[in-house]
Amino acid sequence: MKTLSSLLKGENSVVHNILTDGAMRRRFQELGIVPGTYVACLQESFFGDIKSYLIKDAVIAIRNEDADGVIIY
Amino acid sequence: MGLSGGSTGKNAAQKELKIAENTKTVALAGNPNVGKSTVFNALTGLHQHTGNWPGKTVTSAVGTFTQDGREFSLVDLPGTYSLFPHSQEEAVARDFLCFEKNDCVVVVCDCTTLERSLALVLQVLEVTRNAVVCLNLFDEAKKKNIKINAEKLEELLGVPVVCTDAKNRKGLELLKRKIGEVCAQNQRYRAPFSYDTAVETAIKSLEGVRGRNRRFIKAQLLFSDESFIEAYEKSCGRKIEENARLRESLSQAREILSKGHLTEASLRDSMTLSLLSRAKSLAESCVDCTKRNDSLDRRLDKVFTGAKTGIPVMLLLLTLVLFITIYAANYPSELLSRLLFSLGDRLRALLERLNASSYLTGALIDGVYTTMAWVVSVMLPPMAIFFPLFTLLEDLGYLPRVAFNLDHCFKKCSACGKQSLCMCMGLGCNAAGVVGCRIIDSKRERLIAILTNAFVPCNGRFPTIIAIISMFFAAPLAKAVRPFAAAGILTLVIVFSVLATFSASYILSKTVLKGESSAFTLEMPPYRVPKIGSVLVRSVFDRTLFVLSRAVCVSAPMGLVIWLLANIKAGDAAIVTHIAQFLDAPGRLMGLDGVVLLSFILGFPANEIVLPVALMCYTSQGVLVNASDISSVFSILTQNGWTAVTGVCFILFSLMHFPCSTTLLTIWKETKSFKWTALSFLVPTVYGIVFCVLVNAVFGH
Repeated sequence: MKTLSSLLKGENSVVHNILTDGAMRRRFQELGIVPGTYVACLQESFFGDIKSYLIKDAVIAIRNEDADGVIIY
Repeated sequence: MGLSGGSTGKNAAQKELKIAENTKTVALAGNPNVGKSTVFNALTGLHQHTGNWPGKTVTSAVGTFTQDGREFSLVDLPGTYSLFPHSQEEAVARDFLCFEKNDCVVVVCDCTTLERSLALVLQVLEVTRNAVVCLNLFDEAKKKNIKINAEKLEELLGVPVVCTDAKNRKGLELLKRKIGEVCAQNQRYRAPFSYDTAVETAIKSLEGVRGRNRRFIKAQLLFSDESFIEAYEKSCGRKIEENARLRESLSQAREILSKGHLTEASLRDSMTLSLLSRAKSLAESCVDCTKRNDSLDRRLDKVFTGAKTGIPVMLLLLTLVLFITIYAANYPSELLSRLLFSLGDRLRALLERLNASSYLTGALIDGVYTTMAWVVSVMLPPMAIFFPLFTLLEDLGYLPRVAFNLDHCFKKCSACGKQSLCMCMGLGCNAAGVVGCRIIDSKRERLIAILTNAFVPCNGRFPTIIAIISMFFAAPLAKAVRPFAAAGILTLVIVFSVLATFSASYILSKTVLKGESSAFTLEMPPYRVPKIGSVLVRSVFDRTLFVLSRAVCVSAPMGLVIWLLANIKAGDAAIVTHIAQFLDAPGRLMGLDGVVLLSFILGFPANEIVLPVALMCYTSQGVLVNASDISSVFSILTQNGWTAVTGVCFILFSLMHFPCSTTLLTIWKETKSFKWTALSFLVPTVYGIVFCVLVNAVFGH
């Protein structure tokens, strides 16, 4: 199972599933993170624990521990 | 939430909305950072703060405009991604749309992320058909080669669609006309999209629901979302329990759902997916993104958020802004003080010619006027230069990138990465920074951000720190390098205040506010070219003059008080001397003296006046110094025993002491808790005392 956080800078993929529950699940959905959405990793921070992704034409930063809840193909 | 007359100071946390009775009410909804406030300002002529980062508008603003002789009240709602709220602020938007009287809803969309905006449009259309879709940032989309077929969208949605570029005031007349038309008629309700069969059946089976927008209310009631149920019960004036028809049909509906194997969570998923897939198909049929070009944004992001460049570039930018501030403030500062003090001499001469008593002259000129002159000449130039520069960075969209770069540290402190944004606001005004903390969803993390906000030096303390640095640390150097050195030192001071914030956040999250950091997403908006003209006007009039006038208002009576304290004798010495002597021992321990401590206490209403008050105390105590211009400040201080160590301690205590009265009041309003307000007073004060005592013990004599 590959998670969103495993995407390296410059890589892209498609969302398979969301494991996160509750409010964060809804936040992900609102941002368009649902099965079938194209995602690309744009930048990685200096410490490597937060990355920015291109999701539905917007740049969204998500901490790795939170992005672990999104499974990608 | 920004820094303007309405949002800084004691108005920062105002919540009440007042709308005149006979006007039509128009609500402005939209995703965060789609230019809602810009549309609001363009329509109403008000100056609600705008800036390029999500979450500025945390309170609703109301303004009016007229169209065809009729008056409309426009309500600017906080940005929200959907009508399923996550936070108090988003609930404000939902409750207003659902339960407050409104004649038209304008949904502002960002053309560069239209699909996501359309999801909110569809949700709003579930609530009401009296809506206008405003495709804002149309020009920006055009520049990025995004083609949008607005006519087709209008046809598919069945409500008016207007393209605007609010920043350049394009398309607003049409928008107003459409709003007028929509308000005049009552559109027949039609569901904008359908849910799965089981969900639709469940919604239709609900009975006894009241309100104009029954479909949306019914759909929401299927969840046991307490905040919605509470808002619904409040709006119809009775409990669901008391409404037999609704209560029974609700349990029936839940049965239908469970037969369709829909739990609360999967129901939410299913509804959201229906909504999003409709938004997607709308976007696919109306937006042509095949030639979309975001390469400039990507290149800038590479520099501003790159792993290797992000943090160095951030420090460089900070130093550059501070350098420009210090370098450019030098000359006007001199000029202004010379002007103000020569004016003071003339006023004194005038009063003497009018045979005013020496007490009156002393009180007015040496007390009120001199303090005010000091406040203006020390404060105004750095503020008038720093603010526009900061606003430029804000409008460009740089601030969320700072949050990205600093997130690691906040994570280590179990705090929210968005805290950086509140800190940036704090640079302008801590009260605004505290209100800005509403962008943080988790209560624990919001409290951490609130309690530590005062560590960031606001503009009231900023110029004072600049003055001390220039006098004590930069002045001994060669003239050419002074501004560089001063900017470098000031950068270190700010870095120190950020480190203090980290350590305080860490300690808080390990003690009174225990917990793990919660999940969040941080949107980094497209870069936008700031409009230099409006930035200048806005930062000078909205921010600088407002903040300055507050400082002057506080400093005038304070100047009088000091003068009286210094001239009324109790026993053998002036009252101020007694107080200063009383505070002298603790002051000395901290590397300061009684007068400085007294000034910090008197500076409680406004930090701007701390240094001027100290100067007043020194000069009024009979030290013979020609206090006629700013260059004499250094000699006044050194004659009163100031050394470089005093300078350091002064800067430290200036960074870390109790927040000003306005900030504390705002913290009280935001937390409604004596405990947290008291703690926000104590945390920075204890820090300041500890650091000053340590520095003095090591370096003082």
